[in-house]
Amino acid sequence: MTTSEFDSYRPEESGRAFGRRRDRRRRGGRRGRGGGADGSREMTMVEDPQFSSYYGRQVVKAPPWGHEIGAYLFLGGLAGGSALLAAGAQLTGRTRLRRSARLTAATALAGGTVALIADLGRPERFLYMLRTVKVTSPMSLGTWILSGFGAGAGVAAAAEADRVTGGRLPLGPLRRLLHAAEGPAGLGAAVLGAPLASYTGVLLSNTAIPTWYASRHHLPYVFVGSAGLASGGAAMITSPVREAGPGRVLACLGVVVDVVAMERMKASMHPMELEPLEEGAPGTMVKWAERLAIAGGVGTVLGGRWRPTAVLSGLALVTASALTRFGVLDAGLDSAKDPKHTIEPQKARLAARRAAGITGDSITTVG
Amino acid sequence: MSRTAAWEDPSAELHWEDQAQPRKGFFTDTSICIGCKACEVACKEWNRNPTDGSFELLESSYDNTGALGANTWRHVAFVEQDRDRITAARESGRQLVSLGMPGVGPPESAPSAGGAAEPPDLLAALEGGEQMDLTPPDTDEFRWLMSSDVCKHCTHAGCLDVCPTGALFRTEFGTVVVQADVCNGCGTCVAGCPFGVIERRDDGTVHPKAEREGAQRVEQDIPHQGTANKCTLCYDRMVVGETPACAKTCPTTSIKYGDHEDMVETAEARVRELHDRGMTEARLYGANPDDGVGGIGSVFLLLDEPEVYGLPPDPRVATKDLPQMYAAAGLAAAGMLAGVAAAFLGSRR
Ligand code: SF4
Ligand code: SF4
Ligand code: SF4
Repeated sequence: MTTSEFDSYRPEESGRAFGRRRDRRRRGGRRGRGGGADGSREMTMVEDPQFSSYYGRQVVKAPPWGHEIGAYLFLGGLAGGSALLAAGAQLTGRTRLRRSARLTAATALAGGTVALIADLGRPERFLYMLRTVKVTSPMSLGTWILSGFGAGAGVAAAAEADRVTGGRLPLGPLRRLLHAAEGPAGLGAAVLGAPLASYTGVLLSNTAIPTWYASRHHLPYVFVGSAGLASGGAAMITSPVREAGPGRVLACLGVVVDVVAMERMKASMHPMELEPLEEGAPGTMVKWAERLAIAGGVGTVLGGRWRPTAVLSGLALVTASALTRFGVLDAGLDSAKDPKHTIEPQKARLAARRAAGITGDSITTVG
Repeated sequence: MSRTAAWEDPSAELHWEDQAQPRKGFFTDTSICIGCKACEVACKEWNRNPTDGSFELLESSYDNTGALGANTWRHVAFVEQDRDRITAARESGRQLVSLGMPGVGPPESAPSAGGAAEPPDLLAALEGGEQMDLTPPDTDEFRWLMSSDVCKHCTHAGCLDVCPTGALFRTEFGTVVVQADVCNGCGTCVAGCPFGVIERRDDGTVHPKAEREGAQRVEQDIPHQGTANKCTLCYDRMVVGETPACAKTCPTTSIKYGDHEDMVETAEARVRELHDRGMTEARLYGANPDDGVGGIGSVFLLLDEPEVYGLPPDPRVATKDLPQMYAAAGLAAAGMLAGVAAAFLGSRR
């Protein structure tokens, strides 16, 4: 590199965009060839060698996942929780709750599936997901769970829709079959509903994305909590208060699980893995998710038996769940973009292992 | 004891049966890379990969390629360093030795570098056996690190593990390849790779920008659009016994190609030789089968910490922790079931 001891006497160049320079602050000592020789700032940069990186460029790559995936995470959880509520309602004879929860489950599932397909690079090849069953791929297992769930939830919702329309769906002889199948189908969907809500945590964690990988022991709990409060909230919006009791309880349980698991997850992370969850837009989303979840939970406890407050609380809960999913998704994507989130935790864990006397598993060796 | 014995054969369980071949790999010796980028060009040409970006200067020394990606399967990194950084690198390499890094075999057993053309020997031969000063022509004031990065063809490949379609597969040579006609572009592999190698091809063109002013982009411009792309270790050349394009074109033999076992041995011999010459900054990257990815197929010799070259210092394939993750997800799902049951039992009408 071309710094010299006289660099600091050079006049500061004013036209230089500050942000760009800051981006490349951790470059391990270099200077742009195209001028912009700001010696003094270069010097401070060298004095602070927390870690070096290759021109501040990312080490791992963020997957090309847009907000469709955030929507899928949210809708999948909502669908799974709603199918569970529907099954409970089915078994306890709550017909209004059963109807609204089944319709919610099927609608959310359809939306989630469309979002998932839309995010593919080659959407027309969506069915290739079912070419194989691969245990090492949460995406593969998840697609199978989604497909099985979809079949069950679809049949159950179709039967509900048929009843709502007063038997006017053009089903012909299939109607009897449909109504015979709706009970087992609803229960089948419920069995797959919980895994549908929790596997997405593994989908994110089983990656090299620092913030997601670091959340691996806690994210499934956060996600089932979030699914519980979303489906409970949706039930409070769509069902009469008389029947929505289980939805209210599930929502409150979900709030507790979501908030506690999120706190524990954050506490278990390296500061550099945690940062994207607390700062920037994802940080704001996660923060508001918690506030809305708590507000919705309190609203449910205090006003859940009065329809207007129940609907308001339900809306707060559903929004909280969506914010959690988008926040976690975006925090991970952000964590891939700055190499510090990858390099610092890795260096720390390598140093910790070395300090503990474990030296045999380093990727750098000498001979 | 030679550590090469402990390497796991990545394609062992894959029923290649009688088609199975010895594992192939690279040894990229960055200490003799001259940064000519011939490998980048050869790779682009052989694989007909589209261009990346718009010919911007990236202000990162002579690296205007940027990084590995869907359209760039070899990437030559350039790092400029001053005396302080050289000293630090030398020291960190020395520390690796004093940590008792594994696998120091007896120096005598080192093969006379199979395939590795040793410049000193060559020179000595040219000069008629006359002994020469073998000190590398380095000054202590600055140095230029150049390194040709490539897909690591990991023993435990994160990209391959998470691929839901089976588009990514392990070849009979132990390498990792995407089948472009199967991949549906879900992008999971991009997140799964600990080295940031594989990427979905969402853009790019085979014509330079200057030539398509105002022209409509036609479909054929971008082969395999929307699918994941990365180095195939030139699978198409390998099956007919050819050397990969990048290795074949490398004028300094910085990129060596061959049986993985030989590559690791060559690398180990080389790093010992450099240490003997006092270049304690030299170290191997990915030559340890016990590391977080089970060792890599394309071993590197680096002259500084991996992160200086943009490589992760302690990569770990996430699938190693997958059983615990599934256990957590299972518990969470069971808890959710219990929660719903409690919700119904606990609320009367
Ligand atoms: S380096 Fe990345 S893309 Fe290459 S084999 Fe390993 S995990 Fe796959
Ligand atoms: S993008 Fe293609 S290669 Fe990558 S995981 Fe998805 S299907 Fe497999
Ligand atoms: S082996 Fe082939 S595909 Fe891989 S970097 Fe070299 S030339 Fe490119």
